[in-house]
Amino acid sequence: MIALLAAIKVTSQWPFILGAWGVTVLIIGGYAFSVVRRGKRLSRQVPPEQRRWM
Amino acid sequence: MTDLLARRDLSTGPEPPEAALTTGSTGSRILGVCALVSLAILVLLAFVVTGQDVNLGESIRIMYVHVPTVSLAYLCMILNAVGAVWYLWKRSEFADLLSHAAGELGVVLLGITLISGSLWGRITWGAYWVWDARLTTTALLFLMYVGYLAVRAATPEPRSRAVRSAVVGIAAACLIPIVHESVQWWASLHQSETLFGTLSPKIKGTQLFTLMFSFVAFGFTTAWLLMHRFRVAWLAERAAESELEVAIAERRAEATEPAEVVS
Repeated sequence: MIALLAAIKVTSQWPFILGAWGVTVLIIGGYAFSVVRRGKRLSRQVPPEQRRWM
Repeated sequence: MTDLLARRDLSTGPEPPEAALTTGSTGSRILGVCALVSLAILVLLAFVVTGQDVNLGESIRIMYVHVPTVSLAYLCMILNAVGAVWYLWKRSEFADLLSHAAGELGVVLLGITLISGSLWGRITWGAYWVWDARLTTTALLFLMYVGYLAVRAATPEPRSRAVRSAVVGIAAACLIPIVHESVQWWASLHQSETLFGTLSPKIKGTQLFTLMFSFVAFGFTTAWLLMHRFRVAWLAERAAESELEVAIAERRAEATEPAEVVS
């Protein structure tokens, strides 16, 4: 973490670079969370024998 | 019939263990660990190991998310079209659900591409958006797949939904080669291909390695998301079928009950 922070030199480009990475992490993380949550909710309505991956 | 009625709401019965209520499997968990580890390594490579580029400066670090996400978005959209053709040919439910999962994931990845690309554009061109051939065709592609998802959401009957969305999916996929070739066909601000445009890539050394590794990291992540999204679509179909069966069973049960005599 310290090495990461040390490597980041504050220039005018950095807010955009960190913004691009931040948006990517937020969107993929949020989508993954919503998919897993939908899966849990629907699993309650479907018997285990119809969940073929179990 | 009793089974069907009992199945109506499994959540009201004895609570199954939390581990059982998941779309996860051993394979998806291994894939998930690979995705997390490779994404962590990618962050280190992108921010610590690689330096700035001679031409792009620090903004090359945006390429490590922008390039793999657009490539994987194309891959998802091609998978969507393959699933659509497969469905129209064989009427396979698997193909329809795979197509749906890939289409939705393609929209998510292309959305990330548009946002990261506009941030890169702000650094390089001084503007978040220009009506450039590549940007405009990419936005059009994004809107077509949003339309694909809207068609699916607006059609409740499963067969009609599968057929209509398959047609839209195939039509939308026809735009992918136009988007890809737009930088060659029209005068464009957008740079031409960094990796596969020529036999010799334009970047080298640790930058090239990091860019290649970003495909691995986002590839694992996309595969994990696709697997889970497909299973969610599968569960949604089974839940809808189950609800329909329960409703039919209830109507039949009502029909066989003796009518109450009102005095």
